[in-house]
Amino acid sequence: MRRLGLALVTCVFISVLSFVIIRLPPGDFVDAYIANLAASGSTVSVEQGEAMRREYGLDRPLVVQYARWMGRVLQGDFGVSMAWRRPVTEVIGDRLWLTMIVSVSALFLTWMIALPIGIYSAMRQYSFWDYLFTTLGFIGLAIPNFLLALILMYLGFRYLGLNVGGLFSAEYIQAPWSWARVWDLTKHLPLPAAVLALAGTAQLIRIMRANLLDELRKPYVVTARAKGLTERHAVLKYPVRAALNPFASSIAYLFPYLVSGSIVVSLVLGLPTVGPLLLQALVAQDMFLAGAIVLLLGFMTVIGTLISDLLLMWIDPRIRLGGR
Amino acid sequence: MVERVALAVRDLAVQFASEQGVVRALDGVSFDLQAGRTLGVVGESGCGKSVTARSILRLVDRPGRITAGRMLLDPGTAGEVDLATLDPESKTMRGVRGGRIGLIFQEPMTALSVHYTVGNQIIEAVRQHSDISAAEARNRAIELLGEVGIPRPETRLSAYPFELSGGLRQRVGIAMALAGDPQIVIADEPTTALDVTTQAQILALLQRLQREKNIALMLITHDMGVIAEMADNVAVMYLGRVVEYAPVEEVFAKPRHPYTRALLRAVPSILATPRQRLSTIGGAVPHPGSRPSGCAFHPRCVEQLGAICAEQSPRPIAPGQAGAACFKAEQAEGAAA
Amino acid sequence: MSTATAHPAAEDRYAQATQLQLTWWRFRRHRLALVSMGVIILFYMVAIFADFLAASDPHATDARRSFIPPQGIHFFDEQGFNPHVYGLRGVRDPRTFQLSYTPDPARKLPVRLFIRGYTYNLFGIIETDVHLFGVVGGRPGESIFLLGTDQLGRDLYSRMMVATRVSLFIGLAGVTLSLFLGVLLGGISGLYGGWVDMLIQRLIELLRSVPTIPLWMGLAAALPRTWSVLEVYFAITIIISLIGWTDLARVVRGRFLALREEDFVVAAELSGASQGRIIFRHMLPSFASHIIAATSLALPAMIISETSLSFLGLGLRPPAVSWGILLQDAQNIQVLAGAPWLLSAAVPVILIILAFNFFGDGLRDAADPYG
Repeated sequence: MRRLGLALVTCVFISVLSFVIIRLPPGDFVDAYIANLAASGSTVSVEQGEAMRREYGLDRPLVVQYARWMGRVLQGDFGVSMAWRRPVTEVIGDRLWLTMIVSVSALFLTWMIALPIGIYSAMRQYSFWDYLFTTLGFIGLAIPNFLLALILMYLGFRYLGLNVGGLFSAEYIQAPWSWARVWDLTKHLPLPAAVLALAGTAQLIRIMRANLLDELRKPYVVTARAKGLTERHAVLKYPVRAALNPFASSIAYLFPYLVSGSIVVSLVLGLPTVGPLLLQALVAQDMFLAGAIVLLLGFMTVIGTLISDLLLMWIDPRIRLGGR
Repeated sequence: MVERVALAVRDLAVQFASEQGVVRALDGVSFDLQAGRTLGVVGESGCGKSVTARSILRLVDRPGRITAGRMLLDPGTAGEVDLATLDPESKTMRGVRGGRIGLIFQEPMTALSVHYTVGNQIIEAVRQHSDISAAEARNRAIELLGEVGIPRPETRLSAYPFELSGGLRQRVGIAMALAGDPQIVIADEPTTALDVTTQAQILALLQRLQREKNIALMLITHDMGVIAEMADNVAVMYLGRVVEYAPVEEVFAKPRHPYTRALLRAVPSILATPRQRLSTIGGAVPHPGSRPSGCAFHPRCVEQLGAICAEQSPRPIAPGQAGAACFKAEQAEGAAA
Repeated sequence: MSTATAHPAAEDRYAQATQLQLTWWRFRRHRLALVSMGVIILFYMVAIFADFLAASDPHATDARRSFIPPQGIHFFDEQGFNPHVYGLRGVRDPRTFQLSYTPDPARKLPVRLFIRGYTYNLFGIIETDVHLFGVVGGRPGESIFLLGTDQLGRDLYSRMMVATRVSLFIGLAGVTLSLFLGVLLGGISGLYGGWVDMLIQRLIELLRSVPTIPLWMGLAAALPRTWSVLEVYFAITIIISLIGWTDLARVVRGRFLALREEDFVVAAELSGASQGRIIFRHMLPSFASHIIAATSLALPAMIISETSLSFLGLGLRPPAVSWGILLQDAQNIQVLAGAPWLLSAAVPVILIILAFNFFGDGLRDAADPYG
């Protein structure tokens, strides 16, 4: 239950940081608003500016501002986006969920690929496949995910003549949710998920392989085989279980990395997720939007990590029973 | 009366390919394991005792492999099988592992997996070698735990290994080795990791089980005291070879090989004069990769005969008979004959 | 003692070697790591001699020579060995009437070594205008475009040379800061334990469970537009160093914790050595190689961070040149399709990351073969 407390603290930390980001650019929200309006031709009088300031509490000390902002956030009001002139929640819309879907898919992909390959590599050490996977793994680690996305997009465009970006086919982009739309999403998911997952997968394969190799040398493996079990059964049941621990805990920390990575990758691939929106918001100094995005991203990540932690606790009987 | 031989090992050679070249871990090991009797295998660390045990069960992994020799299970009978020729993953070999030859480990702490209950691990062993239902297997497991002297065995089934004491864990290890009803049990230093009192209990348990089930026990140890107490026959190993093989009384009363004599001298005696200098064997066991020329022991041998020991390898012991691989011993025998 | 092992002298050398020497010997056996080390040195040579290696001014724009494809050097012609490229010819687009340059086979510009080109400061102090190679006698605006030109007509090859310098040195600076932070905080954590350790550990866990890119994007975006290139440079370095210090801190802390319990440390304490002496004389040498390994494994992350931020437009700003800035031009897929050489900056990025990873791995294996 210490984990819950930690998660809570993290959330508070994130909220503070988000707030800092919001207030970071010189000048305040109203200044930027006025400037924005001025650019589009309308003007705001000084009194109107002052009134806005009072309304948003910008004339109060920072701590109070933070409290008021957080208060509104907890009620679901994230403020208004300047550039879009609409409430932030509307602007973000689906994008947050889509970001999470892409990240979680990448996580699943990582699990599904890294586990078997890692096990195989350890069992057949120095075999051809082992070398192949190790090499591929190194290359995967070396290419930053956005570069990979860029290269893939270029290749897809040049040689296949299609735009491999996006999460939906043209007709589904603005459509309301339906099973057909979900299916369309699923069809488009593999590429972004794979691009995101590559680096993490490569790393996890190495971790699994190294840990399994360590475990394979231990006496209990010999005991298992001395019982007459097949190599595969003995390995899968015993050392893999032991090597699963560090593997699972590495995965827990993979999630923030995936969410991070999805930001840049979604920019390259043109995914309708939070990434491109965040960049726009930051460049335009649309601070409520940017801050809200950072806050929500952070929260969701903490929740995701918490879930993985709990899963890990369930896997290891030692932690559960408090033994050893 | 000579008992029937349960396992006959002849000229077993095992090597490991390493970065420094080929290392001969076993260089022609021969001995007989008699049914219902205990063979004590003794030697310093690195002499190849564990490799022998693993090789018998074909559990030596790459980069090690068996390069020569035979390991005959039930020699001289219709069911004679040479374990060296079997495919290690074959059903036959896996049937042998646990079903005809059981293995008991040195470190009960690490020999049992911590992720599964004791019951789970024993029942798995039971069901591997017999086609019985889960419930029957469970009962058999409880029976086994009772046989090895664990009180209230039903409650222990759901315990995890780390919840048990060292002695109890070793008993579980023994139960697991017996799960498949093997006729041969190899115990690789079963008491080294235990304290003295527990040691005595485990040894007594092994003796009882052997009597009750007529098991051929191969007891690997470096402790001459354990040999004295448990063994019927003794094989002394040095650098991958058996240098002396004889019934236990002969080994203690009239050791044939200088190494055996040195080992016996090195045992501290409660009868010795206080503050007397402890006897040691000079030097250290050479790495199997840099084997001395001639007789492997001669650089450390206080009784060596000079040139012949440095240049030539002594004749191996005739299998099945008492003897020592030593020029000096040969001379003594020649003189006595 | 007749037998023994083959080389007693070698054994002695082995027994007396210092930790660093042992590490180096083990490292030498990993050929891949050695090759990587060579690659890294090569890259840093390029970084130091960037201007010397450049063929034309990386900042000189000329809209008329935009998107020229990479020019191959023709080594032979009728006169024998005569490396040359083609000059540029003005061509007016029939539809837009815009003038642009294309390669003109009729004009040959000889390519020679050690020519005089634009002036720059070698090592930052010696003013010179000698370049490794370039064209002789071309008109203004003509040069050798090994990797083509970008939209503004700038020579991509020369820009890549300069970008190498910027990216590599920012990476180095970032990792140094990270190292400093990591060793400081990790060291305090591991050495003193107790609630200081708890606090720092919580902080590290906090940072690790938060998606970092949005945060750093926010910080980078907040840098005022009015700051000079140098100030931005500085700030970006600080930002990316905040990304990687946690890993280093964990390694350092782990090593300190492990070492604290080691017998030789206790022995030193028992013999009355001061805290400082224990740390520097006894503990530091045994994990210096680990730290070096962790650092070289952290460098790629720095480079990727800076490249990503600049790629997004949030990092370094023009006229600074870095790989990320070069790759910015490749963002638009339509443009890229017409001028694929814009992606060439991807190659050094991938290469240097691979090199640092192999190198760091080799170091880590050499430092602790059992770890």
